[in-house]
Amino acid sequence: MKEKIRLVDDSGIRTDGRKPDELRPIKLEAGVLSNADGSAYIEQGKNKILAAVYGPREVHPRHLALPDRALLRCRYHMAPFSVQERKSPAPSRREIELSKVIRESLEPAIFLERFPRTAIDLFIEVLQADGGTRVAGITAASLALADAGIPMKDMVAACAAGKADGYILLDLNDLEDKEGEADVPVAYMPSLNRVGLLQMDGQLTPEEFEKAFNLAIEGCKRIYALQKEALKAKYLAIKEAVEEAEQK
Amino acid sequence: MTNVTISRIRQKQIAQLLSSGKRLDGRGLLDYRPIQIETGIIEKAEGSARACLGKTEVVVGVKIEIGEPFSDRPDEGVLTTNAEFVPLASPEFEAGPPTEDSVELARVVDRGIRESKAIDLKKLCIIPGKKVFIVFIDIYVLNHDGNLIDASALAALAALTNTKIFKYEVKDGEVKIKPGFKDLPLINYPVAITLADIDGNLIVDPWLDEEEIMNARLTISFDKDGKICAMQKGGSGTLSPQQIIEAIKIAKEKSEELRGLVVKKNG
Repeated sequence: MKEKIRLVDDSGIRTDGRKPDELRPIKLEAGVLSNADGSAYIEQGKNKILAAVYGPREVHPRHLALPDRALLRCRYHMAPFSVQERKSPAPSRREIELSKVIRESLEPAIFLERFPRTAIDLFIEVLQADGGTRVAGITAASLALADAGIPMKDMVAACAAGKADGYILLDLNDLEDKEGEADVPVAYMPSLNRVGLLQMDGQLTPEEFEKAFNLAIEGCKRIYALQKEALKAKYLAIKEAVEEAEQK
Repeated sequence: MTNVTISRIRQKQIAQLLSSGKRLDGRGLLDYRPIQIETGIIEKAEGSARACLGKTEVVVGVKIEIGEPFSDRPDEGVLTTNAEFVPLASPEFEAGPPTEDSVELARVVDRGIRESKAIDLKKLCIIPGKKVFIVFIDIYVLNHDGNLIDASALAALAALTNTKIFKYEVKDGEVKIKPGFKDLPLINYPVAITLADIDGNLIVDPWLDEEEIMNARLTISFDKDGKICAMQKGGSGTLSPQQIIEAIKIAKEKSEELRGLVVKKNG
């Protein structure tokens, strides 16, 4: 029997030096791929994830087209080299489920009825995984949708909370996710106060759940601010480039 | 699966009734349809059960085999859950590879059983690192009239309470099966409760028509001690944080009611 790893020390500090309610460092960038209609890149801890949006565009195969709204298709995929032991590139059952719940978290944010008989294709590629890839993927995907200029009711920010060593923690890293007691990923639209993704595994009392859930929402609100900043940064860069060209 | 067309007038009727606290089939908002559970229906399976929620009917068969453990858990048995949407169950089901919905169903049921540690997997180890028991839970949907998750979780739990594993002895590193059976080491009893939101009203156990017009659903699995062991939001809509907290309170009460149906039956 191997010894149990301490995930939170006596002063409440986690293995990566964070406090229980602290997010990992996040880097968010919009418009990183030239071929896609919209794209985004996120680094959250050691997570490195790309999201790209193609569309609204023609639906293939045609029979899938919806007469009253756009069809949102989503693929969440992990690169074979993104984890310790090589992952087969074929979609796993986990990836199939996550693609579904991610799509369902973003569908309510998009004005799909504005683009009947079209498809919006969304691709999330996890280049390196470090716990919480589905929520980081949603954060990036939502930014990519906005970057594509697709009209949205709100940006979707996502974050997980959970429990490890008896503490309720925000934004679990890989170790806390694997060795911890519970994980609660949440996707949230802050301006609308609506939850688009909620899952849980592990064991929590209803009281602990409520605490973790509220903490995750708090995390989503902080990430929401970073998303807006990243979107603005892209246009600021364009503005500066134009001004520079004019001066020459 | 969301292509069963419901006329606007029926959608409106369902929603209007709900706002006055009624449902089209006469139930209250927090009532389940009549539940029937029957165990031991397939003699060739090591465990089996049928669960019916109204017209929704699911059969679960449990098969036990000897195989290799996962390298990161050498001293534990293996649990795998699979769901089949059998084409005879619904005009929407087609034969072929698993769909997104069937994968989700299997994974949500699996999560409830796994996270509540319902099966004592350590007791299913035969030779550490080499031979363990593998528990195959196969969910077979026979008639789809909504809320497949709760019906499947109930049938799976009932089938597990009814599961026998064969006796064996280890001789010179070889596993020999002996005559006779013993009970599967089942130490927890997870139950899944699904609620749906229609126009801001929370209802329990949505049937097919309600699922078609619902905004979103939330499944909450409780273990025998009243702890939450799995959750899954589904559907292309959203829920408010208040609704989620409310749903947990409702689901906790309902879970005790449903667990009583399975555990009582088997002592």
